[in-house]
Amino acid sequence: MNISAAIWAMQAFNGLSTFCVLLLMALGLAIVFGQMGVINMAHGEFLTIGAYTTYLLSQVSERWLPALANWYFFVAIALAFVLAGALGLVVEHFMIRKLYKRPLDTLLATWGLSLIMQQAFRSTFGAREVSAKLPDWLMGSLKPTPTIDIPINGLVVMGLTTILTAGVLFALFYTRFGIDVRATMQNRAMASAVGINTARIDRLAFGLGCGLAGVAGAAFTTIGSTGPTSGSLYIVDTFLVVVFGGAQSLFGTIASAFTIAQTQATTEFFMTGSMAKVLTLSLVILILMARPQGLFALKVRR
Amino acid sequence: MRHSLNRERLYTTGIAALLSTGLATGLMGCKDSSKSFGESQASAAATPGAAGGLAVSEKEVVVGQLHSATGTMAISETGSIEAERLAIEQINDMGGILGRKMRIIQEDGASDWPTFAEKAKLLLEADHVASVFGCWTSASRKAVLPVFEKDNGLLYYPTFYEGLEQSKNVFYTGQEATQQIIAGLDWIQKEKNAKTFYLIGSDYIWPRTSNKIARKHIENVLKGTVVGEEYYPLGYTQFGSLINKIKAQKPDVVYAIVVGGSNVSFYKQLKAAGVTAENQTLLTISVTEDEMLGIGGENMVGYYAAMKYFQSLDNENNKKFVAAFKAKYGPNSVIGDVTQAAYEGPWLYKLAVEKAQSFDVDKVVAASPGIELTTAPEGYVKIHPNHHLWSKLRVGLAQADGQYKVVYESGLIEPNPFPKGYQ
Repeated sequence: MNISAAIWAMQAFNGLSTFCVLLLMALGLAIVFGQMGVINMAHGEFLTIGAYTTYLLSQVSERWLPALANWYFFVAIALAFVLAGALGLVVEHFMIRKLYKRPLDTLLATWGLSLIMQQAFRSTFGAREVSAKLPDWLMGSLKPTPTIDIPINGLVVMGLTTILTAGVLFALFYTRFGIDVRATMQNRAMASAVGINTARIDRLAFGLGCGLAGVAGAAFTTIGSTGPTSGSLYIVDTFLVVVFGGAQSLFGTIASAFTIAQTQATTEFFMTGSMAKVLTLSLVILILMARPQGLFALKVRR
Repeated sequence: MRHSLNRERLYTTGIAALLSTGLATGLMGCKDSSKSFGESQASAAATPGAAGGLAVSEKEVVVGQLHSATGTMAISETGSIEAERLAIEQINDMGGILGRKMRIIQEDGASDWPTFAEKAKLLLEADHVASVFGCWTSASRKAVLPVFEKDNGLLYYPTFYEGLEQSKNVFYTGQEATQQIIAGLDWIQKEKNAKTFYLIGSDYIWPRTSNKIARKHIENVLKGTVVGEEYYPLGYTQFGSLINKIKAQKPDVVYAIVVGGSNVSFYKQLKAAGVTAENQTLLTISVTEDEMLGIGGENMVGYYAAMKYFQSLDNENNKKFVAAFKAKYGPNSVIGDVTQAAYEGPWLYKLAVEKAQSFDVDKVVAASPGIELTTAPEGYVKIHPNHHLWSKLRVGLAQADGQYKVVYESGLIEPNPFPKGYQ
C-alpha cells in the first residue's frame, strides 16, 4: 500500500476521531444549554472533574490495586459520571434553580463558579499539571498495514461517544424521563399543570448534563492534559458546537460536530493550524449569519 | 436627588473600601513573609533606607516577588516562586546581604498582564522594594517594563525567551533564544545527520521568533531544509492532522515549541498515532521536567530537549540545590530549567549589591556586568554587559521517570539578544 493512500486513510480516521471528541464534549452541554437554556460556563470544569477522577484512580490503582492497572480507566469513566453528576445536582439546587428565569445571569454566575472550581482544583491538586498513568494498550495503535496507524485512544473515544449519544437519544425520546424533560423545556407551565414535577426534572437534567461532561473529561485524559484549567481548553469549542447545531436540537449538535470536525481536519491538513481555525470559524460565522437559529431548529409555536 | 447623592457617596465609600482592601492585602503580604524572613514588623513604605528612597533599613532589605500564583500561568510560575523563596531563605541563613535580611513582599500577577503592571507599580511606588524577582511570560514582562523603567526599579526575569530586548532595569537569568537554539540544532544535525526539519510551535511571539532563528540557522549555516513550519493556537488540543502531515513529510527532525495544555495533547497524540522516538527524532525547547509531569514521562521517552539546566545535572552545586529544594518542597518535587534560573536571581542580586556596596539601583546595575556565580546549580554563569547570562547548553534525553539524561554539553555561550543575520 503506498504511503499517500495510508495518509488519506489515517486522515479520514482523524476526521471521525475529531468529530467524536467534539460531540462527546458537547453532549452534556447540549442538554444543559440546548434543552434547559442554562449558559453553563463551568461546563469545562465539570470535564476537569472527570480528568482528575481518572488521575486519582490511576494513583489508587498504582499503589493499592495493581491488578486493576489495565482496566481502571473504565471504572474512572463510571466514577467520573457519578461525581460530576452529583456535583451538578448540588450546584443546581443551590444556584441554578434560582436563575431559570434570568438566563443571562446564569452566564455570570456559572462563570464565577468556574473560577471558584479552578482555584479549588489548584488548591487541592497543586497548580502544576498532573498525568494519569494510562495502561499501555490504551496509548498504543492498531496497525492494519505497516504504514497505517489507528490510535486506540481514538477508537475508545469513538466507542464511548457512540454509546453515550445513543443512550441520550434513547433516554430523551423513548423513556418517560425524556418525555418529561422535553415537555418541561417546551412548555414549563403546561408540563407542570399535567402533573410533571418540573423542579425534579430540571435537577435531574442538569445533573445528567454535568455527569456527561465528567465522562468526557475522563475520556480526554487519553488525548489531553489534566490541570486546574484544562477544562477551559474545551469550553469555546463546546459552545461553538451546540450553538452552531441549533441550541435545542440534539441532532443539530451531532450534525454540527461532524461539520466542524471535518472542516477543521481537512483544512488543517492543507494549511497551518491557526489558519485552519480561522477558516473554520469564518465558515461557522457565515452559516450562522444565514441561519441564526443554527443548523437544525426545533419548530415550536411561540 | 437625595437618593442619587446617597448613591454617589456609596460609590465613593466603595472605592475607598476597595483601595484599603488592596493596601491591606499588601500589608498582609508583608506580615506573612516577615514571619519567616525577618523580625521587623515595620511597614515597608514607612522606613525608606538611605539608598535612594528604597525600603532598606539597618536590619533588612525589602524585595518584591511578582508571579502568577493563581490563574492559568500558575502551572508554570509556581516553580519560580518556590525557587526564589528558597534562595532568599538560604541567603538570610547566611546573614543576608550587607548584613541585612531580605524580606519578601509577594504580589500575585494572577496570569493577567495589566494586573502585573499594577502590582509592579504597587511594589515600586508604595513598597519601595529594592529589587523584584518576577514575571514568567514575555507578555507580563512587556507589561511591567515601562513601570520598571519609569520608576527605576530592578527586575530579575527567569524565563528563557525570544530575546530582542535589553533594558537597564532588567536582568535576564534565562537564555535568550540563540543560546537555546543554535547549539542544540548543531548537535542534532551532527548526531543524527539531519537534513530536513519540521518546525512546530504554539502561535505567539516566543515560538515564532525562536523558529525564525532556527530556520535561518538551518538554512544558512547547516544547509538543511525546513520542510514545514506550523503554528497552532494556544490551548489547541487536536493534533491528528499535523501528525499525519509529519508522517507524510518524514522529516529527519521535528523541532517542537508547543506550550501549555497543548503540549500534553501533542505528545499523547503522537504516541497514540504510533510516532515514537524509535521512528522519529524530536527536539524540543519547551518541555522541562515541570511540563513532563503533565505529559507523563512514558509519552516522551527518547525525545530530546535543549535547555541550560536539567535536574539530573551531575555536579556538586546541583546536588546541594536539588537536596535543599526537595527538603523544602517535598521529595516528589521536580525542578525545570526556569526554576533553576529563578533560583539564580536572588544570588546574582546579592553579589551585585555586595560588589557595589550599595542597594542603590544605578550602582547595582553598574556593578553587575562581569559578576560570576560559581555556586549556580547549572555550574557557572556570568553576567554579560547586555544583562543576560553567559551559560552552557545541554541536550537531555527524556526518560520514562520524567527526568532527562544529559547527552551533550556545550561550552559557555555568549548571550546575543539581537542576533545579526537571524532576524
